[in-house]
Amino acid sequence: MSLIEFRLDPASGVPTYLQLVHQVEHALRLGYIKPGDQLPKVRDVVASLAINPNTVSKAYRELETKGLIVGRPGQGTFILATLSQVALPELTGLRRSLRNWLAKADAGGLDESGIVALVASELRDFYDRRSASSTRIGSAGGEVEGVA
Amino acid sequence: MNVIDASNLSKRYGRTQALRDCTLAIPAGHVTALVGPNGAGKSTLLNLVVGLLSPSTGSLSVLGSCRPGSLAALDGIAFVAQDTPLYKNVSAVDMLHLTRNLNRHFDWTFAEARLGELGIPLTRKAGKLSGGQQAQLALTLALARHPKLLVLDEPVAMLDPIARHDFMATVLVAAADDGVSVVLSSHVLAELERSADYIILMSQGKVQVAGEVDDLLAGHRILSGPAAGAAAYTDLPVVHVRRGEVQTHLLVRTTVDDRVPRGWESHPVGLEELVLAYLREPDASALPGPLRSSVIEGSEVRR
Repeated sequence: MSLIEFRLDPASGVPTYLQLVHQVEHALRLGYIKPGDQLPKVRDVVASLAINPNTVSKAYRELETKGLIVGRPGQGTFILATLSQVALPELTGLRRSLRNWLAKADAGGLDESGIVALVASELRDFYDRRSASSTRIGSAGGEVEGVA
Repeated sequence: MNVIDASNLSKRYGRTQALRDCTLAIPAGHVTALVGPNGAGKSTLLNLVVGLLSPSTGSLSVLGSCRPGSLAALDGIAFVAQDTPLYKNVSAVDMLHLTRNLNRHFDWTFAEARLGELGIPLTRKAGKLSGGQQAQLALTLALARHPKLLVLDEPVAMLDPIARHDFMATVLVAAADDGVSVVLSSHVLAELERSADYIILMSQGKVQVAGEVDDLLAGHRILSGPAAGAAAYTDLPVVHVRRGEVQTHLLVRTTVDDRVPRGWESHPVGLEELVLAYLREPDASALPGPLRSSVIEGSEVRR
C-alpha cells in the first residue's frame, strides 16, 4: 500500500496535474510524508484514479523541478526535501498585516463569504499567473486591481 | 510517428456526406478523445481508420505509413465497436479461442490472467455477463493482441459509473504499461478531462478543434465583464459569447499572460466548457498551425 492516496475534484477547476502537485505539497507540509518516503508508482495512480499517465508524469516532473522529489530509475520516486516554513517572526508580521486588511474589508462592507470569495479569487489568479510566468523569462502579469 | 494521418478525407454514403475534407494528424503516445454531436462523423472516421470502410476521396494512413486494412495495420490496431460486439451464446473462454484463431498474435496468458483478476467466469456465456463484464471481456480480447493503437467507439456509453471507471482504468494502465496509443469516441465530456490528453472535436463531418488538451486549455480564457464593453474585444479572437443584460462572458483565444483590460476578469476554462462553446459555434475552429479567423455575430475577428 502506498503512503498517500491521491484524490481528484473535477469541480475545482484546477488542472488535474496541479491537484496532484498540491496534494504532495500539502502532505509534506502536514508531515504525512517526509524525505526518503516513496510516492506511488505512476501506474498505480493511473489504475486507482483512471487518469492519463502523462498527467501523473507531468505532476511528478513539476515536483522534481521544484526540488521536492527525485525519480530513481528502476526504483521509484522518492521525497527529497521538506517544505520549509516561513520563519516565525515573519509569520507574525504577515498575520498582523492580514488582520489589518481584514478590518478594512469588514469596514468596507464585505461579509465573511465575500472576503473568502475575494481572497480565493485573488489567490488563484496570483498562482495561475506565477505558474504560467515561471515557464518564461520575465513575467507579464495582467492588471490586477489593488484590494487594500 | 502519427497513429492516424488523414488528408482531405471524405466519405459519402449515397447522398449523405458523412465526412468532408478531414485533415488531421494524431501523434503516437496519446489518449485521444474524439468528441462531437451525433452525426458528426466520429464512427465513420473510426471505421475508416480500422479498415472497415474505405474513403470516397482523400488519403488516410495509420501507424506511420500503413494503409488501413493492410496486414501490418490489422496486426497493429485493435478495435472495439460501439455495442461491445461479442457472440452472446459463446462462453468467455471460447471467445478467447475464437479471437486467438482469427488473429496472427494473441497473448493467451495475458487474457486468461486479466479475466481472472476481473473475476469473469471463463465458462459463462458472454450474454450472461453483466454489462461491465462484457465491456471488459471485449477490451481484454483487444488488449491481448498487444496492439500499437487501440480504437474504441463509445466504449463507456452503456456502463454504470463504477464499470466506467474500471474500464477506463484498464485502458489507461495499458497506455502506461505498454505505451499503447488510444483513440476513443465519447459523449461523456466530464470524464474526458482526466483520461484524454489529446482531443479532436468534430462537427458536421469536419474537424473543428484538434490539439493537446493542456495546450488548448492554456490557450483559451473566459473573460467576464460589462455587457456594454464587449465591443472592446473585437481585437481578440472571440470563440463564443454569453451575454446577459449587464454582464458578458467571452471565451477568447488568449493566454493567462495576456493583458486583461480594467474591469474585466480572466478565468481559466475547463475542457467541458471549452468543448460546449465550440459546439455552439460550428464556424469557429482551433486547429494546429496558423490561427484561423472566427466569425461572431456577423463580424469577423482576427488576431
